[in-house]
Amino acid sequence: MVPISYYLVLSAVLFGLGVVAFVFKRNIITIFMAIELMLNAVNLAFVAFSRALGQLQGQVFVFFVIVVAAAEAAVGLAIIILIARNRQSLNVERVDLLKL
Amino acid sequence: MSAELALFLLLAALAVAGAVSLILQRHPIHSALSLIVVMVSLAGLYLLLGAEFIAAVQIIVYAGAIMVLFVLVIMLLNAGVEERTNLSRMAQYAGLPLGIFLMVLLAYAIGRSTVSQAPPAAAAAGPAPTKALAMMLFQDFVFPFELTSILILIAILGALVLAKREI
Repeated sequence: MVPISYYLVLSAVLFGLGVVAFVFKRNIITIFMAIELMLNAVNLAFVAFSRALGQLQGQVFVFFVIVVAAAEAAVGLAIIILIARNRQSLNVERVDLLKL
Repeated sequence: MSAELALFLLLAALAVAGAVSLILQRHPIHSALSLIVVMVSLAGLYLLLGAEFIAAVQIIVYAGAIMVLFVLVIMLLNAGVEERTNLSRMAQYAGLPLGIFLMVLLAYAIGRSTVSQAPPAAAAAGPAPTKALAMMLFQDFVFPFELTSILILIAILGALVLAKREI
């Protein structure tokens, strides 16, 4: 039996890598993928806790997180298409309308 | 080393390698394929944790639907190699140390917490896990479950309105 803390540490590492990708990448689609990676890391923690506590609520929450991620991906990618159409670029540094 | 631990280490290494590859690749399509590796190995980990339904949903919805959407948009927009711009200084100098700091902090806190020391509870008696999950989803959580249908409807409408050429 693998200790539950192994799963939680893996989840933390994946979340940290997602944060690093979010900060480092300049392509708006890749930044969006970093968000999905962080959501996946949190899902892993949910399932690990669900297993550790012997309850299924964690898995129900993962189900809802996946639903919200799907909705978020649909709307977010539509926004990305709009940005690419208006700016002719996928670089987030070109999207600086709100920058001083 | 038990077979389960070996399988866990293999899948964990695959997931971390995929996440690192997502950061290192410069072409968005390569990043997307790396993310699919992460998701498939996470599905394997869910199977190890005894969450068969979540593993199937992970493959079908995440690795299937969502990543297909990503790849489709990358191809639709003909996204090329990420252009090298001068990264903002804060991202360059603070991003990596802070990211690693976050990782270490989380791992340390988890290692010290009491819940991770407790032995894993035995699999719940009663109906099979997937059946129990369905019971829970359609009895205790039936209201949020129905709300997700409204959420998805709104998301579809929003995506349609946003991506339409002229409104």
